[in-house]
Amino acid sequence: MATTVDRKGKAPAAPRPGGRSARPRKDVSGSRRLAAFLLSPTLLVLGLVVGYPVIAGFRESLFTRGQTLDADGFVVEGERFVGLDNYTAIFSGDAAGTFWNAFGNTTFFTVTTVTLETVIGVTMALIMQWAFRGRGLVRASVLVPWAIPTAISGLLWRWIFQADGAFNAMIRQQVLWTADGFESKLAVIIAEVWKTSPFIGLLVLAGLQMIPRDVYEAARVDGAGAVQQFWRITLPLVKPALLVAVLFRMLDVLRMFDLPAVLIGVNKRSVETLTMISWFEANNLRYGSAAAYATILFVYIAVISYLFVKLLGADIIGDARQVTKGKKIRKAGKTGKTGRASA
Amino acid sequence: MTAVARTSAGAAAQRGRRGRRGRRAKRILPYVGIGVVVLYCLVPFYWMVVSAFRRPQDQFDNTILPVRWSLENFSAVFAGDNGFGRALVNSFVVAGLTTALTLVVGVFTAYALARLDFPFKNAVLGIIIGTTMFPGISQLIPLLKLFTDIGWINTYQAMIVPSLGFALPLTVWLLTAFFRQLPFELEQAAMVDGCTRGQAFRKIIVPLAAPGVFTTAIITFIAAWNEFIIALSVVNRKEMQTATVAISKFTGVSGFDQPFGTQMAAGVIVTVPLVAVVLIFQRRIVAGLTAGGVK
Repeated sequence: MATTVDRKGKAPAAPRPGGRSARPRKDVSGSRRLAAFLLSPTLLVLGLVVGYPVIAGFRESLFTRGQTLDADGFVVEGERFVGLDNYTAIFSGDAAGTFWNAFGNTTFFTVTTVTLETVIGVTMALIMQWAFRGRGLVRASVLVPWAIPTAISGLLWRWIFQADGAFNAMIRQQVLWTADGFESKLAVIIAEVWKTSPFIGLLVLAGLQMIPRDVYEAARVDGAGAVQQFWRITLPLVKPALLVAVLFRMLDVLRMFDLPAVLIGVNKRSVETLTMISWFEANNLRYGSAAAYATILFVYIAVISYLFVKLLGADIIGDARQVTKGKKIRKAGKTGKTGRASA
Repeated sequence: MTAVARTSAGAAAQRGRRGRRGRRAKRILPYVGIGVVVLYCLVPFYWMVVSAFRRPQDQFDNTILPVRWSLENFSAVFAGDNGFGRALVNSFVVAGLTTALTLVVGVFTAYALARLDFPFKNAVLGIIIGTTMFPGISQLIPLLKLFTDIGWINTYQAMIVPSLGFALPLTVWLLTAFFRQLPFELEQAAMVDGCTRGQAFRKIIVPLAAPGVFTTAIITFIAAWNEFIIALSVVNRKEMQTATVAISKFTGVSGFDQPFGTQMAAGVIVTVPLVAVVLIFQRRIVAGLTAGGVK
């Protein structure tokens, strides 16, 4: 930032041109104090409601509670520190199968739904971009799946996927979609993709509309076909918007709960995700084990998003950085002008 | 040589044919595309609405329109021990207060992030956005335990306080995007004219930002209204359930078959107002969602 101050009281490292160095310094420390004052409520709330629980959850995962017998046969009650026992229990013994199943489901849902959503969303965006008539209607209908609460859309699809429901009537087959099987996975994927891909379409459309028309004109003059234009121009130019959208969708699917829980049910092997297991454990008051599952999920999400940002360069706050840069340039230009005017 | 000529002639003829057909296709295809997108988005929703208006005994009909229209499912929603009216009130209280609180807190933070220069600004923004990555479940378990200890189970605050954690980053992000779009010069001019920063904020920024704040409020309200896992976990008394939780827990007469008609009617009651608001303010909402990025 242009206005770096070494320590309180010292002069700014780069005094602004234009002479009056006392005024900017006061302004800078004032705006820093103001910023701290304005930021603190949000940081406090997030610290209490998000930060503290994550740490407390990790602590919780090292404890267990309930009745056990100690070595002498006495009943021990309350919380006991068990170290990593909750974790080893997850990775070995009976629970291991359940865990790897849920881990596999979570990963499977993430890969399949995000891929489908991206493909369908980009296709929708291209259609919307291309057919500008009726765009208002499309924009309105695209927002409908987004506005429906996920739990309600779970019920809606449960109804459609009933044994004698609309979907089976349409395909003229008797498939038990909401029983516990591979069909249930498909049902969850279909419902999830329905709800979120229009939304990706909307965001990609916004990205598409930023691309200047003459880029395509130039490409057409140079003899690029529609397919080439898509791969060489459209995709690279919407990539930043698309990457952020995909990252956020991935994070959402990794912690999916409402949809499979309502559509298929909790404790169903075929659709159980890590969040669902953790919720089920907490509901049965096995907080330690629930917290261990939640911590594993947390680490998994952190690793995935780190890799995503590192490997693909998704830039979540890039927008902000650009604006700061622009502002700086503008400011520099303005002070330069006033400097010239006063001289 | 002749082969080349023949193929090129054939290709030209084909191109001509394709050209004519292509022109007609070019007129029709956009409508087909639009139609497909609209149907894709609306057909499941349409099915919910239509199912809600069927008579309970026609429930499993798969006709496109109900054979006999009926409001029986809607009266069933509010009848008996569903407690749906109360659940709607609960949803309004929880989502409304969450929205109001996040807006009050978020406006200040977003103002600082959009308008002030201070060190670690991007880091702070990164941290705030980063909190959206935390899985809700890892937040829920310690809070659930804490709320049990301090007797907050079955209270509004037990639903509102965790919701703030979800809603606040989104609100801050959207508002920051809106505040950035406002011209900086106006505020500076007001300060040159003798306003303090606070006055400039109140008199210049707040009125200018009102549309953006309103849009953010709608988006935040919808997100809070849709919240499920917290409301499901911290409440076990029927009177305190929110609408989404209450609907998912409707039970049929026998307890084995799901009362789909009633659930669809309740779903319509919960979603149609939202859909209406979304349709009325669609331009703004799209602007907000695309300015803020994603969610």
